[in-house]
Amino acid sequence: MSSTYRLAAQPGFWRSLDLRDWAYALFVLVVCAGAFYQYDHFMDVYEEAILAGSALSLVALGWFWKPWRWYFPLSGVTSLLAIQVYEHDLARAQSAFLLKYMLSSQSSIMWMCTLFVLATGVYWAGLLTRSATLQRMGSGLTWAACVMGLAGLGTRWYESYLIGADVGHIPVSNLYEVFVLFCLVTALMYLYYEAKFAARQMGAFVLLIISAAVVFIVWYAFDRQAHEIQPLIPALQSWWMKIHVPANFVGYGAFAIAAMLGAAELMAMRGWLAGKLPPMEVMDEVMYKVIAVGFLFFTIATVLGAMWAADAWGGYWSWDPKETWALIVWLNYAAWLHMRLVKGWRGAPLAWWAVVGLFITTFAFIGVNMFLSGLHSYGGL
Amino acid sequence: MRFAIGLLTILAIASIIGTVLKQNEPYTNYAFEFGQFWFLLFEKLGLYDVYHSGWFLTILAFLVLSTSLCIVRNGPGFLKEMKAYREKASDTSLSLMSHSVELDGEVEPEAVRERLQAQGFSVKEHQREDGSRVLAAKKGAANKLGYFFAHIAMVVICIGGLMDGNLPLKLGEMSGRVVPETRNVPQSQIPAQSRLSAGNLSYRGNVTIAENRSADVVFLNAGKGYLVQELPFAVTLKQFHVDYYSNGMPKLFASDIVVTDKATGKETKATVKVNHPLVVDGVAIYQASFGDGGSPLELDAWNLAQPQLAPVAIKGVSQAAQPLRANGQAYTLEFGDLKVYNVENMAKTGMDGDKTLAQRMNDARSVKHEKALQNVGPSITYKLRDGQGQAHEYHQYMAPIMQEGASYQISGVRRQVSEPFQYLRLPLDDELSIKRFMRLNAALATPALYDEVARRTADKAMQGGAISPEMRAQFESSVKWVLARFSEGGFPALENFLDERVPQDKRQAVAQTYVKILQGTVGDLMAVADSRAGVAPLAAEQNSYRFLLDSLVASSALHDYGAPVYLQLVGFDQVQASGLQLTRSPGKNLVYLGSLLLVIGIILMFYVREIRVWLVFRPGRLRLAMTSNRHNRDLDRDFDRERDALETLIREQP
Repeated sequence: MSSTYRLAAQPGFWRSLDLRDWAYALFVLVVCAGAFYQYDHFMDVYEEAILAGSALSLVALGWFWKPWRWYFPLSGVTSLLAIQVYEHDLARAQSAFLLKYMLSSQSSIMWMCTLFVLATGVYWAGLLTRSATLQRMGSGLTWAACVMGLAGLGTRWYESYLIGADVGHIPVSNLYEVFVLFCLVTALMYLYYEAKFAARQMGAFVLLIISAAVVFIVWYAFDRQAHEIQPLIPALQSWWMKIHVPANFVGYGAFAIAAMLGAAELMAMRGWLAGKLPPMEVMDEVMYKVIAVGFLFFTIATVLGAMWAADAWGGYWSWDPKETWALIVWLNYAAWLHMRLVKGWRGAPLAWWAVVGLFITTFAFIGVNMFLSGLHSYGGL
Repeated sequence: MRFAIGLLTILAIASIIGTVLKQNEPYTNYAFEFGQFWFLLFEKLGLYDVYHSGWFLTILAFLVLSTSLCIVRNGPGFLKEMKAYREKASDTSLSLMSHSVELDGEVEPEAVRERLQAQGFSVKEHQREDGSRVLAAKKGAANKLGYFFAHIAMVVICIGGLMDGNLPLKLGEMSGRVVPETRNVPQSQIPAQSRLSAGNLSYRGNVTIAENRSADVVFLNAGKGYLVQELPFAVTLKQFHVDYYSNGMPKLFASDIVVTDKATGKETKATVKVNHPLVVDGVAIYQASFGDGGSPLELDAWNLAQPQLAPVAIKGVSQAAQPLRANGQAYTLEFGDLKVYNVENMAKTGMDGDKTLAQRMNDARSVKHEKALQNVGPSITYKLRDGQGQAHEYHQYMAPIMQEGASYQISGVRRQVSEPFQYLRLPLDDELSIKRFMRLNAALATPALYDEVARRTADKAMQGGAISPEMRAQFESSVKWVLARFSEGGFPALENFLDERVPQDKRQAVAQTYVKILQGTVGDLMAVADSRAGVAPLAAEQNSYRFLLDSLVASSALHDYGAPVYLQLVGFDQVQASGLQLTRSPGKNLVYLGSLLLVIGIILMFYVREIRVWLVFRPGRLRLAMTSNRHNRDLDRDFDRERDALETLIREQP
């Protein structure tokens, strides 16, 4: 009797894993072990720890969020294919057909940009016509863009080593690279919530901010040649960069999503797009969840940044403009969360606040580099 | 809490001021930027160092106080609540909960307890006086712990930050015990009131050390002046290294240092690099900057007033001043920095406009770009100051620099620091030396040679049929006249003459004639100078002609050079200096501990859900009630699942 009763309870975590979960885990571990054996002599102990940590995080991510199990291997294989076609010769980017039109990092990233813009259009068409098919297409295009983006970053990592053994580095070192990262992280986080809450209508809004970033990327590459890979200045030659920058962009991406949901919620309150948006409570909850995730990662990123600063600049906190603005962003969302959790605020004020938060975040992200001078000057426009 | 949020808002706004107004600049810069009134007002408000100003630190202190009070006041209640099962909750309060239902039927309490425990709940049983039994269960109490962690973290971080801040120093300055030094005097002469003992707990200062020199103090920025911080050890710079990538960007800055403890004499050898500091006795040593450390120099001084004289070798040291006598006048020669590596962009700019679409696509696809960056070799700057204190500044490159296929020695000159350098190009001969140019320049300044030069030029002109024998005498005198004019003041001297003496409509034609004569005679001038010096003449080729024309331009420009001597850098023995930052921050570990607590706290607060379940068993009736710290969809789902499970169980009862 009690056994039937107990069966109805949630199965244990380990039991819930199926064969595909284990196959994915095996794939990640094999790949990371391969990377370890092939490149270990280039790594210091911290980088080895980061590789091990990445392996575990990737497995955990795949188990937690199932689509990641095909997304990550597919992006990786696309990068590896590009690397194969390169044959250790960077010049082939302009001659080999596959590289020239699909797989060189720049081609991949431009594909990512194109697909994001297409997805934005399709999501909006789906929202306005209430077509589930179009909205599913929007999701598909966003996924495709994410594959091209991650593959592009992977290929770019490899290309940097083709330029020179001492030039090679992870592609998170300048404003161009982190903008690509921003698009990618924002889109992936959005895809997670879209599936979890079955609310594809949000895509029309979230993809708008990604498209804005895409416009910047295209301008930055074509007008400023910012896509060219530069070697790392001494201050950036550190394993800290590998964890500080990505953690930060989970935060920025999350705050961007929250702001767009805030905008959607405010429209819903005014009766605009009536009946076409997801329920207000859903948007409200996603907004809260995404800010909570962003806040956690932003905190971690800021702490990691402080620890890096203690290694590089002589102090964990120098009141550098970037640091100070990170603090302001942090205080802003800390207050937002306080108001929601402690004071029980809901609805319009928090939605407005999330929208305003995006401006503060954007200033911390780009404004500081444009208008203020300081130690973070390598992210300059 | 409202108070704390208010303080946080003020803190955020104050922080913005500090990012907009550049902090810790020399005070003269601020005075220049804002004018006297605003400068003084801003100084009073402490805006030049917002984050260490009294009011900013006061807000921080209040924040620590109010957060601590919050913890102390709410802490015990929270702890009690965490521990409590609230098994004595009344039926009324349970029925008023938003997730509450009464079911008809009975189940075995033990089965329910087992199920709850399997789900990770801890369960407490209570027997009511009316005979009904209550199972009260809870899980996720760590959520409340999150609040503790996060708030304690804030206090810990602030205390760590205050420990490393310069609060004691500010107090010292206010009480007059510590007085910043504003004069530029040798370190050893700085009085005790501007010195801080090695016992100082926390500091962050800089010092520049030349190779094979030592330092046992660092300098701290302190408002209008600076303070001297004694160190418990001496740092000796053995060698400084700088490496560059192939595109000229810096790749490595590293200092080989030896740290000698003053008390024990213990030596620590290490290489300090950016991102790789050395920590000795709690003091961290960072690579911060680099520069010239005073390098011995060898120069050739060419007397421009008497170019016939051979150059004089002089010795000097960069970053030092020395007297220089030239043509009876006393000058001071003030050397600036020796730069061994000068990376210049030699690419032509402004080509971007006419790119085709295909080219642009290719560029956008290519992640590698060949920049025309080039190391043009060592350079030295110096000022030459005359008796009246007037100075010109010079920027002298040592190595030949190729421009459009020919080699030059390049020398920049400017009258004011705010102006850009005007560059003079001295053409070089086959041996990449300026000797031939100097010989030509000397010949130009020797009227005794003009007769022969004019004769040779006239001969050639006759041969070529350009002039008739009758014109020869007049031609020769024209040549001599042009040479004399040119040697007095270069092209401008000829131009002045034209402006003063020649009617405007004829100026162009006459000017062309002068230029033709100069161009025709400069080769002869060179030949005469060469034969006097016993040197093989210049080969008759295109390059030689270009050399001669460049020489005319350079010789003309030398009139504007503003110095009695041309100093050519011919040798140096580089001594580098490394700028080190030394910090002592005992609060660092406290800040890290606080950061760790903060991250744990945030995870507990957002990702641990506190759930409580009550089950009331009475004959034929069963109540299920659930609460969570957050009313969200997860609780709806959990509640439905528990109810369904109980209903199934009731149905399956025999």
